[in-house]
Amino acid sequence: MRHEVIEKNMGLMIILIVVAISFGALVEIIPLFFMKQTTQPVENLQPLTALELEGRDIYQREGCLSCHTQMIRPFRSETERYGPYSVAGESVYDHPFLWGSKRTGPDLARVGQRYSDEWHRAHLYNPRDVVPESNMPGFPWLFENTITGNDTADKMAALRMVGVPYTDEQLATAKSDVRGKREVDALVAYLQQLGTVIER
Amino acid sequence: MNELSSFWSGWIIVISLGSIIGSFVLLSIVRKGQRFNSETTQTVGHEFDGIEEYDNPLPRWWYWMFVLTVIFALGYLALYPGLGNFKGFLGWTQESAYEREVAKAEAEFGPMFAQFSQTPIEELAQNDQAMRIGQRLFANNCAQCHGSAATGGFGFPNLTDNDWLYGGDAAAISQTILKGRVAAMPAWGPTLGEEGVDQVAQYVLSMSGREHNAQAAAQGQQLYNTNCIACHGAEGKGNHLFGAPNLTDNIWLYGGSEQQIKQTLRNGRAGKMPAWEAILGEDKSHVVAGYVYSLSNQ
Repeated sequence: MRHEVIEKNMGLMIILIVVAISFGALVEIIPLFFMKQTTQPVENLQPLTALELEGRDIYQREGCLSCHTQMIRPFRSETERYGPYSVAGESVYDHPFLWGSKRTGPDLARVGQRYSDEWHRAHLYNPRDVVPESNMPGFPWLFENTITGNDTADKMAALRMVGVPYTDEQLATAKSDVRGKREVDALVAYLQQLGTVIER
Repeated sequence: MNELSSFWSGWIIVISLGSIIGSFVLLSIVRKGQRFNSETTQTVGHEFDGIEEYDNPLPRWWYWMFVLTVIFALGYLALYPGLGNFKGFLGWTQESAYEREVAKAEAEFGPMFAQFSQTPIEELAQNDQAMRIGQRLFANNCAQCHGSAATGGFGFPNLTDNDWLYGGDAAAISQTILKGRVAAMPAWGPTLGEEGVDQVAQYVLSMSGREHNAQAAAQGQQLYNTNCIACHGAEGKGNHLFGAPNLTDNIWLYGGSEQQIKQTLRNGRAGKMPAWEAILGEDKSHVVAGYVYSLSNQ
């Protein structure tokens, strides 16, 4: 009854469980860290500007990714509707990535420049004003809240530590770039650049 | 660019095959070490809260299912890309699968769109099949702003009323869809002052026969003639060249109440139609143009 040895030694059992479940990660995740396709930015990819970065944080704060993906899969049914399929090199500056996994609303990976800023503002204030069938919630508070920008530069510095090529100049002007701007304008700036780096 | 270094390729191959073979070996060892080879009432010898466990052998069906999964895994890894840089004997890739799917659709729908693209927009608007396709393209790409019935909304033009900002002939509609439009009504608040804004608003109200203050409207007319006439015209009929709306027809893009007109005058408006050429392509834009044309030319 050798398995008694494992069953009665918690520490040993934990170690063996970790070993047993690590094979998938060792094969499927670790090699990606060393694969150019997943680590090299696509051509012309720029880090988000200070305002877009604040918009991205609002996107996360409001839970947009619970209902919207940012991941167009390589199927014709998706590329016909949303545009060219997403590639890994577009997301190398995304920390964390916002691919999402649930589409209650449409995919947003290439929503940039599809609609006017004005449409986005009207739609974010109350989606049913422009799309009567919509079940998306309104976000009217984004029109009242303003951004202080107190920690924008810190966020950029943190991103720089994980490989996003922000310059010292961008960090220096970050606060003044965003201070006093409405949250909705930051969010719209973020949305309008989504997916625009790839030629359609 | 898709290649792994040979180290990581080997790493994947060794661990993948190792785990498959390893679990099979583990299973065989366990099976060999069984105390009984048929059903038994003997227990494994331990007890938890009064629950004991018979020391039965592995069910045969379960064992063979496991063997099948091992065979499936090895067969899959031989046919499809999975083992590091080994491409698999089928040569399948995600990109080529996508391209095949697109090519198949292109072969099926391409000739139809090619035929549509040769048909003038006016004629296309009479083609039932093209209009059903156009309606779907519209619903997917245009309805967000213009509404699913194309009746528009505040700031987004109604496409069914035969009132056009940039012209409603086939060429103008096509141009609007392909290249987009950017309107720029300047903010007149600083130039006109609050009194001037009110006077011009009264005059604009009078143009479409709305209730207005005649005295203020008369003064507003003079301000109109110096400031607004360039785009909206002497009679307020608008100008398709600038997307300047007709002010006399009682159709309002930004609302026709006194308050709304004043707001438009004070702060300006900047309507924007995005360009769809890059997104839809010429053929589909052509079909959508036909659909939009059909909305007001039944």
